[in-house]
Amino acid sequence: MDMILKAIWSQLVTLFEVLRHTFTKADTVEYPEEMPYLAPRYRGRIVLTRDPDGEERCVACNLCAVVCPVDCIALQKTEDDHGRWYPEFFRINFSRCIMCGMCEEACPTYAIQLTPDFEMCEYDRQNMVYEKEHLLISGQGKYHGYSFYNVSGKSIEDKDKGEARNEAPPVDVRSLLP
Amino acid sequence: MPTIFVDDRAIEAKTGDNLLEVLLSNGIDVPYFCWHPAMGSVGACRQCAVVGYANPDDTRGRIIMSCMTPVTEGARFSVEAENATSFRNSVVENLMLNHPHDCPVCEEGGECHLQDMTVMVGHSDRRYKGLKTTFRNQYLGPLIGHEMNRCITCYRCVRYYQDYAGGDDLAAFGSRDRVFFGRAEPGVLDNEFSGNLVEVCPTGVFTDKTLSKHYSRKWDLQSAPTVCQACSLGCNTYTSERYGEVRRVHNRYHNEVNGYFLCDRGRFGAQHVNSPKRIPGAGIRNAGGLYEPVSIADALDKVKGLLTGKVIGIGSPRASLESNEALRQLVGADNYCNGMTSTEREMHGVILEVLASNLSVPTMMEVETFDAILVVGEDVTNHAPRLALSIRQAVRNIGQQLAADTGISQWHDAAVRELEQDEKSPLVILSPMTDRLDDIASDTHRLAPNDIVSMVEQIIEAIDEDKPSDAKDIASTLLAAKRPLIISGTSLSSPNILKVSANLAAALARKNPSTGIFLCASEVNSVGVAMIDNTGNAEELLGNRSETVIVLENDIDTRLGSALLDEVRNLVVIDAMDNPTTSRSSIVLPAASFAEAEGTFVNNEGRAQRSMATFNPAGDITPGYQLLSALGGDHLSASGWQQKLTAEHASLAGVVTCAPDEQFRIEGSRIARMTHRASGRTAMLADVSVHEPQQPLDTESPLAFTMEGNQTRAPASLRPYTWSPGWNSNQSIHKFQDEVGGPDKSGTTGTRLFTGSTELTGFELSEEASANLIGQVHIFGSDELSNEAAELSTLIPQPYARMSSATAASLEVSHHDGLAFGDIIMTVLVDDEVAERCVVYPMIPGTEALGSAQLSELQKVAGYTSPSDPLRPSLITTDRTS
Repeated sequence: MDMILKAIWSQLVTLFEVLRHTFTKADTVEYPEEMPYLAPRYRGRIVLTRDPDGEERCVACNLCAVVCPVDCIALQKTEDDHGRWYPEFFRINFSRCIMCGMCEEACPTYAIQLTPDFEMCEYDRQNMVYEKEHLLISGQGKYHGYSFYNVSGKSIEDKDKGEARNEAPPVDVRSLLP
Repeated sequence: MPTIFVDDRAIEAKTGDNLLEVLLSNGIDVPYFCWHPAMGSVGACRQCAVVGYANPDDTRGRIIMSCMTPVTEGARFSVEAENATSFRNSVVENLMLNHPHDCPVCEEGGECHLQDMTVMVGHSDRRYKGLKTTFRNQYLGPLIGHEMNRCITCYRCVRYYQDYAGGDDLAAFGSRDRVFFGRAEPGVLDNEFSGNLVEVCPTGVFTDKTLSKHYSRKWDLQSAPTVCQACSLGCNTYTSERYGEVRRVHNRYHNEVNGYFLCDRGRFGAQHVNSPKRIPGAGIRNAGGLYEPVSIADALDKVKGLLTGKVIGIGSPRASLESNEALRQLVGADNYCNGMTSTEREMHGVILEVLASNLSVPTMMEVETFDAILVVGEDVTNHAPRLALSIRQAVRNIGQQLAADTGISQWHDAAVRELEQDEKSPLVILSPMTDRLDDIASDTHRLAPNDIVSMVEQIIEAIDEDKPSDAKDIASTLLAAKRPLIISGTSLSSPNILKVSANLAAALARKNPSTGIFLCASEVNSVGVAMIDNTGNAEELLGNRSETVIVLENDIDTRLGSALLDEVRNLVVIDAMDNPTTSRSSIVLPAASFAEAEGTFVNNEGRAQRSMATFNPAGDITPGYQLLSALGGDHLSASGWQQKLTAEHASLAGVVTCAPDEQFRIEGSRIARMTHRASGRTAMLADVSVHEPQQPLDTESPLAFTMEGNQTRAPASLRPYTWSPGWNSNQSIHKFQDEVGGPDKSGTTGTRLFTGSTELTGFELSEEASANLIGQVHIFGSDELSNEAAELSTLIPQPYARMSSATAASLEVSHHDGLAFGDIIMTVLVDDEVAERCVVYPMIPGTEALGSAQLSELQKVAGYTSPSDPLRPSLITTDRTS
């Protein structure tokens, strides 16, 4: 008897809840006339960002490519005259990408970032292949102020040995002082 | 065999091993840095700490270094004890204090022993907040990069470079935390084995510059087990590819051939595969003398049309057995020759007879066990470089004997070296000029090639007679040794030198059956093609004028003279790279390089070894034997040709068994050439088409051009790279060895084709004109293929003429004058270490004509300005300052 009363009460509550929702504001929006708000952490179109000095952040370490579960990232390392690594080409096949964000997690330099843009449909699948020129943006993306070479011991143009964070000036190996 | 207890587990240890070796051999992971299986222990890094217990009642134990601990019966240790694990963790934490946080831009990343060991001990947080020590880097030449900040001061590099490889221009400098490993001043590393620093360094201080130019992580490289093509020793290598380019070569451990090390020609020379001189497709020369690109099918049809009547086939000692046999079958045995000069054929005939004789022919690793060595007219370091490294270990036998007598273990490296000081086992060198092994030689004689022969004849006489002379001294040295070894080879192009060396070995063997003889052949497959057919004579075959000649991967113009092919109407050349012979052919067919084709090669000790294709060649490029199969209409696979070789030549029976054929599977799977973590599969070719093509199929071998398949359980002859969970660097090799430094778990690869039973009767010496102009082989410069590797080509010396002051006076020239023969201009270098009346010139591209020149034909060049150092190339001596 107790159970039957509980069941009837549950049905009434459900009916009431449904009725109440009829008068609340709808969560769905009239996309595309109206654009929904997407949080910055939303995992959409992938971009390559630049460091605060405007240089490419990507150092072509290949970690994004290796972590990618669908293997849709391919790149080739090259280096400038001063030893700074950067990708000679950087290609993402978005027709394979599952927007999982593993590349962003693996990136040691904050270069690769997912953005809240998901509007990437194409009539021709070939157009889903993005090269570096399509991926590289002018700004720093979500993570501001980080420059990998400022914390790593490799010297590049305008940043000599010993000038990175937490580094002592290069030692004089010919010194015999204690 | 003492039994020890590790964490209460009983382990059978090998007598004489140290604890670290025992642990690793038994699959127990202990981190280490300074220990190296080939270089022993010094106990410098303190990383391999374990707990040792004094007796069964001891429960506390004490921390000991496993690499410095001999194993004794019943000893108890613990690897997992809390104080040992925390000790190892804190050692890594300390080593990482100054590590520069640059793994993403480090060429070692992904195959770094330091990374592996850091993960193994579980260190993850840097607690120290102080400043990191930094260093400036040095320019070390075009092959090796330097990034000193990454150093963990394990001292492996100097121990390898100085103690093992005999180099003197890399050292530890500075004091306290300023210890710096490099040269006294920037410059090209002088040692021929400097490339091993890349593998010896546990982190990224010394990196492969040629790899860095087109860098790929180890996990992205598609690799295959290959045989080095740079000389006759047949060192085992891994060749690795990405995006259709050979990216790097790494050592492939072989317990009898190359051990843990390679020479720089082998390591960096394979990049010739990427040369712009590669022939991308078939071409037919039109009436105007220009090549028209045609499809491979059209070219093959055209060649088939020419195959009526007598066709001459010229094989090559740098082509595989399969390709040579395919050519031989196509043109018929009577019309085939192996493409060597008559002198080369005579020399390799001697090598074959010695291999077939009952003289003991050691493997390269066995060379390290001989206690007296006589080098007869062979420039080992330049001609068969890896052997020089073995000789350097052999002269240490006296020290190791001393250590054994004193009860010091062989792995106790610093102690053994302290004990031996400068004591060295005897090494006698007979050569016309200075030798790179002079620094460890007990006795050197500078003699013209003919005088070397007579010197050895005197030694043979002196073995029986008792008359004081130089020869008697050498003879008594050899007789006094427990195991004397005679090393000779083809670098002076003198059959008599090989013959007389064999005679000497035979004479010594009658007195001492442990005598060994090690003869170096010329090229990767010289011995193999000599076994197929060593009688066919190119000059004779072409003398009976022939309409059509097929040349297989052989530069006839340079080797046999350009006049030889002048009368040929249809010259069909099958080759991978442009050379004088290809550029005069009527039809050229694009052959695959060693990295793109399977092939069997026979090294100088008569070992047949299989080299696997690393990647599928682009476009119409096809393995030589497949082109020839198509011409013959029998379309045999590589294993088909291996069967034919065995059927045709009884001596080559081992060719079939030296590696599994294409039917081999591991639980139904092929062996994957790519790692299981290869990246970019759906993006690499997406710029061409987003629709991914099928992975190329491999019909020739049990390997697959994919990441799908078995990787770690492949036998050594098929294993495409060394990797084991937690061991991403090449240090993982111990996971595949029976025991540390022992044979592979799957056995020793390759098949030695000679059992050696016939009695050597002794060679009759032939009449040889006394050579006064002596070509010196150069490790960089004398090998047709590796000369085309971009970085090595910058290390080729400039033409020089080295002679003693007396010879210079007789030619009326002095140091740094110019000396000309035709349009070859050489810089005179006066060097009293050159045999009298001899002039030494480098065997480099452009000096071939000097082979037939006479001293009297050399002329002084007026107003000549010499380059500052002709032995060193005109290199830019620095790249970056930091």
